[in-house]
Amino acid sequence: MFNPSLSDEHKALRELARHFARNEITPIAAEADRVEEYPWELVEKAHAVGLINITVPEEYGGGGLGYFEDCLVAEELSAACAGVYSSFVASTLALTPLNIAATPDQMERLMKPFCAQPALASFCLTEPGAGSDVASVRTRAKRDGDAYVLNGTKRFITNGGVAKMYTVTATLDPELRHKGLVLLVVPSDSPGVSVGKKEEKMGQRAADTREVIFEDVRAPVENRLGEEGEGFGLVMETLDRIRAEVAAAAVGVGRAALQAAVQYSKEREQFSEPISSFQAIQFKLADMAIKVEAARLLVRQAAWLADHGLRNSYESAIAKCFAADSAMQITTDAVQVFGGYGYIRDYPVEKYMRDAKLLQIYEGTSEIQRLVISRWLLKS
Amino acid sequence: MSNDVLVVAEIRDGALKKISLEMLGEGRNIAKQLGGDVQAVALGHGVADVATTLALYGAQKIFVADDPSLENYTAEGYTNVLANLVKQTQPALVLLGATTAGRDLAPRLAARLAVGLASDCTGFAVQDGEVLMTRPIYAGKAIATVEEAGRPYMTTIRPNIFAAPEADTSRAAEVENIPADAGEIRAKVLEMIMEAGERVELTEADIVVSGGRGLKAPEHFALIEELADVLGAAVGASRATVDAGWKDHSYQVGQTGKVVTPTLYIACGISGAIQHLAGMKTSKYIVAVNKDPEAPIFKVADYGIVGDLFKVVPVLTEEFRKMKAEG
Amino acid sequence: MHIVICVKQVPDTETKIRVKDGQLDHSETKYVVNPYDEYAIEEGLRIKERLGEGKITLVSTGPERAKDALKSGLAVGADEAIHLLDEAFEGSDPYATALILSKALQKLDYDMVFCGKQGVDEDHAQVGIILAELLDIPHISVVTKLEISDDLRSVVAHREVEGGHAVVETPLPAVITAQKGLNEPRYASIKGIMAVKKKVIPEWNAAEIGVEGDAVGVESAKITSIEVTLPPDRAGGRVFDEDPAQDAVKVAHLLRDEAKIL
Repeated sequence: MFNPSLSDEHKALRELARHFARNEITPIAAEADRVEEYPWELVEKAHAVGLINITVPEEYGGGGLGYFEDCLVAEELSAACAGVYSSFVASTLALTPLNIAATPDQMERLMKPFCAQPALASFCLTEPGAGSDVASVRTRAKRDGDAYVLNGTKRFITNGGVAKMYTVTATLDPELRHKGLVLLVVPSDSPGVSVGKKEEKMGQRAADTREVIFEDVRAPVENRLGEEGEGFGLVMETLDRIRAEVAAAAVGVGRAALQAAVQYSKEREQFSEPISSFQAIQFKLADMAIKVEAARLLVRQAAWLADHGLRNSYESAIAKCFAADSAMQITTDAVQVFGGYGYIRDYPVEKYMRDAKLLQIYEGTSEIQRLVISRWLLKS
Repeated sequence: MSNDVLVVAEIRDGALKKISLEMLGEGRNIAKQLGGDVQAVALGHGVADVATTLALYGAQKIFVADDPSLENYTAEGYTNVLANLVKQTQPALVLLGATTAGRDLAPRLAARLAVGLASDCTGFAVQDGEVLMTRPIYAGKAIATVEEAGRPYMTTIRPNIFAAPEADTSRAAEVENIPADAGEIRAKVLEMIMEAGERVELTEADIVVSGGRGLKAPEHFALIEELADVLGAAVGASRATVDAGWKDHSYQVGQTGKVVTPTLYIACGISGAIQHLAGMKTSKYIVAVNKDPEAPIFKVADYGIVGDLFKVVPVLTEEFRKMKAEG
Repeated sequence: MHIVICVKQVPDTETKIRVKDGQLDHSETKYVVNPYDEYAIEEGLRIKERLGEGKITLVSTGPERAKDALKSGLAVGADEAIHLLDEAFEGSDPYATALILSKALQKLDYDMVFCGKQGVDEDHAQVGIILAELLDIPHISVVTKLEISDDLRSVVAHREVEGGHAVVETPLPAVITAQKGLNEPRYASIKGIMAVKKKVIPEWNAAEIGVEGDAVGVESAKITSIEVTLPPDRAGGRVFDEDPAQDAVKVAHLLRDEAKIL
């Protein structure tokens, strides 16, 4: 039965993530955002403590824990910096298809060495012409003997320039649409792989986001996840599973913005009183809190279902849609509470607002989530 | 048991440390109310002469334990000598300084005597022959009034809280040499490593100038040091600057650093987070310089300047320099 | 090398202090491991790593919730933990606390005892040192650096003194109290946290460690807090924000003429 409450171990885990976030991420978040540079030492530190690769089985060097635990960590790290956390979750996203469909040999060959060192992976799905429309992926995988030859361009790839390993979605034949998709694991140092310039983003600027270009890149057949033609299902299941973490990240951003707004409203005085004594502000804060609490429970439900091997497309779409849309609303309101100061970079809330926007777009736009939800509702 | 107060004096480099005088001042106060004398004890080697000057500050009897084995402070040696003295003379109250030596010695001595110890006291009251002590807890966020069940009362006193009496050359006191056998000492001092530089020690300073993250880079501490030099002040640092490696932890003022109670505390480029305030908010006067008008430090500052510290601090330095020259 | 580390909980330093009827109100307090005890635990772990052998045992005398402090110490790598738990221990002052610890330690075959230099709640800074006296072993307090001799029979420590450091040597066994700067405490690892689930934390009560009920707890207290108050609020001061240079001159003069400093 779904139980949202935390065990002692969960609480200790959350405390660890919170402590790590406060000591390691918060102090550098503003600067990383300003200079748009990825803080590599954080990956090393997080790896040492075990805060990445959490859902990879222990025998391959991961934490061996579930999505529930990963979501606890997600909320804490994301509250400190969504940009930094998005690099971690993007890596988890790339590893998820292996967790689902890799053979023991593939886990041994690909997952184990990856998890042994501090490293990030990258999920190469989106293309200039393929965003929400996954089936229109055009990166071509042409079978040539014992390998596939990859050609194509991927866009907006998180960790694109810093990943050690790519999980690439390609098509055997664009005419086949979703039946042609195939997932291949490609080491980033493979000949023919190159990256474009780093995108200059509105927010989550600490994350490295680039084009990844494949020119006659050979990917051995042993690196294919699942069978030919199973690619689309694998991508969908991957996105289903990762939604809870992304939703958890949205909860983190929302919570951080709420806490900042609450604190500020107690300190800021206008008309001889703290603005927290004005009902307009109180009601705003209450609405923000309602969203944070509700989003968190939705996240836990989605994660719990995934951990228990139950299909969670519907619940995870609700969690992601609600949490991301809420984060946007909450962070906008937080800026409003801060007034003029909210618009100034010295204060943290404008960054939360800029970071929140992407949550409504990546890993399935809020519109796609609504499609998933309505399809579930309307299926006969 | 007598009604006397015994002050454990601290001598360093052949001179009485200021805390010894402060203890004599407050000790005399308490002794009067208890109907007894204030006495002092000095331990060390070659300290007999300096010890006699304790009389000038009010000690009515002075015990001297002079022996090579006591030259360097050791917890065991000093505990052995003092425990014997206390058992012999049975004072009502034993005062030690809340200095590094005092804080190291007092608990051991209290345990030896099986009495309670009130650490880091900032106030005393005598009520119906009972001594009540006040001491800060939770890094000064609250104040506790404590009573002790055993006798003698024992307490360490925080430096710079009580006034040091003026020397009165007309005063004299009986001096008694006491057994100075330090006994078995297992934990021994191998050497003392003194920090180069003449600057006053942070917890003993009358004026402290502190720098925070607003300095932007470690080199800019030079601004703080210059101001401190002109004022004869100690230099302090916020936790942010210590964590960033700009200054050693010994400079840190705050909850996990040092608690200072100077007459004047000047905070430059320090926001005034609760952790920092805990270390300095009982300073008599606080001056804050920060370009953020909302910085919490302004809530505790007596004089606050909202402005760029790179503009303000040099002007302060110059102005103080001028004022000093005027005499 | 068996190192025993005494740990306690304290209210989270971010907690606002509440006083009700002259006493502290802890009804909404969140507890954490005393920060100075974390330095002590970390030092124990580092020594064990350096030597390649050894055992770290954590001990705490707090109420039931103190198990959380013991668990977080186990999560960073301590080997064992013992909870000294008995109603009779509640309300113990520093002396009684040290007495309880000393009785427990007498049942353990220890080489070194580590404590934090003080608990950041009551700020007594006494238990470690009293413990040394009760065990009749030497102590070195407020330690910022620690080295063990090759024969494991003595340690050399740096302790902070006014204006510098004292370098002190002592034979073992001894009590060391940890000061900030001694080390940087490590994070627990996820593996460590999960492994704690399987650890058993034995509870020893007063009878088991040989402590008389009246020697500890509230009744035995040699020092009692009879009232707690909040310090008076500082009166707000004056803020100048006209021109940095002019304001600086103004304040310098106010300090001399009004505050009468300098």
